[in-house]
Amino acid sequence: MIPNDVTNTIHDSSLLFSSYEAGSALKKALNMTREDILFELKASKLKGRGGAGFPTSTKWMLVAAAKGDDKFIICNADEGEPGTFKDRVLLMNYPFLVLDGMVIGAYTVGAQHGYIYLRGEYVYMRDYLEDCLAEMREDNLLGDNILGKEGFNFDISIVMGAGAYVCGEETALIESLEGQRGEPRNRPPYPVNTGLCGQPTTVNNVETLATVPHILLMGGEEYAKRGTASSAGSKLFSVSGDCDKPGVYELPWGITINELLEKVGARDTKAVQVGGASGVCVPKSKFNRTLSFEDAPTGGSIMIFNESRDMLHVLKNFMEFFVEESCGQCTPCRIGNQKLLEGVEMIERKDYTFSYINDLKDLAHTMKVASKCGLGQSSPNPFLSILEDFKDEIFLTKCNGGV
Amino acid sequence: MLELEKNNLTREIEEFAGNYNNNRTALMPLLEYIQGKYHHIPDFAQQEVARVLDIHPVEVYGVVSFYSFLNEKPKGRNIVRLCKSVICDMGGRCAIAKAIEREIGVKFGETSPDLKVTLEFTNCLGMCDQGPAMIVNDRVYTKLDPETACAIVREIK
Ligand SMILES: Cc1cc2nc3c(=O)[nH]c(=O)nc-3n(C[C@H](O)[C@H](O)[C@H](O)COP(=O)(O)O)c2cc1C
Ligand code: SF4
Ligand code: FES
Repeated sequence: MIPNDVTNTIHDSSLLFSSYEAGSALKKALNMTREDILFELKASKLKGRGGAGFPTSTKWMLVAAAKGDDKFIICNADEGEPGTFKDRVLLMNYPFLVLDGMVIGAYTVGAQHGYIYLRGEYVYMRDYLEDCLAEMREDNLLGDNILGKEGFNFDISIVMGAGAYVCGEETALIESLEGQRGEPRNRPPYPVNTGLCGQPTTVNNVETLATVPHILLMGGEEYAKRGTASSAGSKLFSVSGDCDKPGVYELPWGITINELLEKVGARDTKAVQVGGASGVCVPKSKFNRTLSFEDAPTGGSIMIFNESRDMLHVLKNFMEFFVEESCGQCTPCRIGNQKLLEGVEMIERKDYTFSYINDLKDLAHTMKVASKCGLGQSSPNPFLSILEDFKDEIFLTKCNGGV
Repeated sequence: MLELEKNNLTREIEEFAGNYNNNRTALMPLLEYIQGKYHHIPDFAQQEVARVLDIHPVEVYGVVSFYSFLNEKPKGRNIVRLCKSVICDMGGRCAIAKAIEREIGVKFGETSPDLKVTLEFTNCLGMCDQGPAMIVNDRVYTKLDPETACAIVREIK
């Protein structure tokens, strides 16, 4: 069931988009011990697909080992990074893969309740996902004594976000679930010890959870054969912008940007923004870089710009995004992003000095170390990379007909 | 608000929060419900929510003011949210916005005087592979151009 106007274009379906019988991995998991599941996950070298790339086996082990009256598993479906839409495709086309992943996670860490934090913009999926949950309850894939496993009780609720990008940050997400403003917390303590309502909590990206059932079915070692040494397996890439075939691609980690551009039918490409607004902008001269945790990591967003695009305009769009989405809690991010945006506007008006632009670059470096959460720590990335790698385009503008 | 409406609202809030044992974790779902039904979260509702969840009304206000989909002031019964992030922007967002403004007769960021329509820009809707995109109420529309976008908003004008 695909609501409304949405078409989910999937290319290169190798693993995540292969057929999956609902409940099959869960049945297998329930015949394994928690230790065995953690062992397979460790062997798979799966790292979180939400951006930060923390090893999933370690996160689950910490929650499993933590002491708490209650434990929670949260599916982070806040997908707000500009240029990212792979979680939408997974939730709409492969909901049982994601949900089975959650139930397996709950069994592994000992959680009794799970939440899907779905971004407000995706409200059109809610009824469909509720139907899926109801179906699972009927089949005893959710509820009490799941599939006859004595004492394994688990259920899932859907909670809607309300239009705040920062709520994708895991501690802000937890604040939001607790009925607070979505302001990131200081860490430590980490959610694995002190998460939702003070209890041990694992927050996992949609794609991470969707990968778990396949890992259990095929075995961790087998999964780790794809990809590179530090980036095992395959990854979903959300490809958009100037190309013939935008959509979601499942490709092994380690593919170069050039190879990817070839696949998606991109011509005259000037720049590729890897990792969303908070990622880095890669110029043509560096298209041999690989998409991997070792080189150019990404939560999956790939935005392509051809020769006709104005990179200063692109940068301005990103900085406006951060000014709007900063939660305002800490000064480097609240004020810093405004100053960087003002700087971009000065360049646009040709009303700048290089000494001031250099001050702003210093400020950008300060924001990276002094901001409280990932938003302010990464928002200077496009500012620094675009002003550096496209300086000729931006600063060598025409004067009086000459260059 | 009329007394009768207030009584209804109070009852709804009490019932909704009851399903969560009046725990504060009810706050987001409850506010979403009120926003969906009344198109904003009036002062009276904020006070009632605070009373039922046993928190200070300013706590409720703090949450309402934080989230861009929750509003203290009445908005239009129909909300048009056009994506302004970079991919939709390259796909012609500006021309689409101008065409919609002409069609509805108000600017983006404004609500029509009859409270029928609010026009807003929003950030990436997760539809970048089929932009330009917009959401009208809960429904998403993709691959827009000025003409198709106007045909859609004409329906709710
Ligand atoms: C500003 C900000 C926004 C984020 N948005 C998301 C998001 O939309 N989805 C997501 O899975 N992770 C997001 N993250 C990363 C989460 O904090 C967290 O690392 C992730 O959900 C962990 O899941 P994983 O280990 O499966 O990747 C965001 C982080 C930051 C700093
Ligand atoms: S870095 Fe930005 S978003 Fe993160 S806590 Fe500070 S102000 Fe909020
Ligand atoms: S940029 Fe408009 S939907 Fe992503």
